[in-house]
Amino acid sequence: MDEIDRAIINALQGGFPLSPTPFADAAAPLGLTEAELIDRIAALRRSGVLSRFGPLYNADRFGGHNTLVAMAVPSDRFDAVTEIVNSFAEVAHNYQRDHHFNMWFVIAADSREKVAAVLTEVEAGTGLPAHDMPKLTEFHIGLKFEA
Amino acid sequence: MDVTARELDLINALASGLDLCDAPYAQLGLAVGMDEVEVIERLTELRRRGIVRRLGIIVRHHELGYRANAMVVWDIPDSEVAEIGRRLGQCPEVTLCYRRPRRLPDWPYNLFTMVHGKDRQTVETAIAAIAEREGVAQHPHQPLFSLRRFKQCGARYGRRLAAAE
Repeated sequence: MDEIDRAIINALQGGFPLSPTPFADAAAPLGLTEAELIDRIAALRRSGVLSRFGPLYNADRFGGHNTLVAMAVPSDRFDAVTEIVNSFAEVAHNYQRDHHFNMWFVIAADSREKVAAVLTEVEAGTGLPAHDMPKLTEFHIGLKFEA
Repeated sequence: MDVTARELDLINALASGLDLCDAPYAQLGLAVGMDEVEVIERLTELRRRGIVRRLGIIVRHHELGYRANAMVVWDIPDSEVAEIGRRLGQCPEVTLCYRRPRRLPDWPYNLFTMVHGKDRQTVETAIAAIAEREGVAQHPHQPLFSLRRFKQCGARYGRRLAAAE
C-alpha cells in the first residue's frame, strides 16, 4: 500500500457516488483517472485489505436477526469447540478473548427462530452453555478505519 | 420488514459487491431487471432510510494494520445507560457501541464498546482516555482483548447473502 491507496481507503469508506459514472466521479477529487481508481481498488481487494467493495446493510430492517454469544470453553477443548462452532454457516465472526468467557461469536440468520435454533444446536454439539446477548440499543456503528 | 420486494431484489443483488466497471449501477440493474436510473433512485432511497448504512470500501481492519482490538464492557446503571451509551458511541476511538442484556450472575455488563488500534498499548491508552474524558471511570468496566480470530465473514442472511456486520 502506498499513499494513494491510503487516500482511496480514507475517502471511500462510505460516500461512494450514486451516479451513472461513480468511479470517474470518485476518482476526480483524488487526482486519479477512472481506470486508475478501478485498478487500485481491484488490487486492494486481491490483497485482502478490502473484504468487498459494496454495501454495509442494516439487516434488522429487512428481517435479519443476529446475536452475540459468549461461551466459557475449557482450554483443553478449545480447538475442538472452535471447529464445531465455526462449522455453522450462520456463525459470522468468532474471536478468542482474554476472559473467563473466552469464546465470542456472532450468529446471524433470517429470523429470530433460526438464530435460536442454531444456539440450541451449538449447546447440544458442544455440551456447553451459550449465553446470548442480542443488542437492545445500537448507539453507533462506525467501523471506519483510517489507513 | 421495512422494504419492498423490489428493494429486496436489489439488496440481494448488491450484497456481494459492486462490479468494478465504468457503469456499475447499469450492470447491477441487469441482474434485477431495472435500468440504471431506477437502480440509482432506489439505492439513494435505501441509503436515505438507513437500510444501506453505507456504500464503498469495506476493509479488513486486521489487514489494514489494526492488530489489536478490545471489546470494552461496562456495567452502567439502567437509568444512565441510554445517555452514557450515546456519549461513548460518539467517541472517535469507539467503532461500535451497543446496549446488551446482562446475564446475571455470570455477566453484569450491559454496555459494549469496540476499540481498535495498531497495538495493545494504543488500545489501552485509548480506553483510559475515554474513561477519563467521559467521566465513566468509576463504573465497573473491563477490556476483553482479542487473542485469536477464527472467522470473519459478512453475515449471511440465508439466500440474501446480506453484507451486514
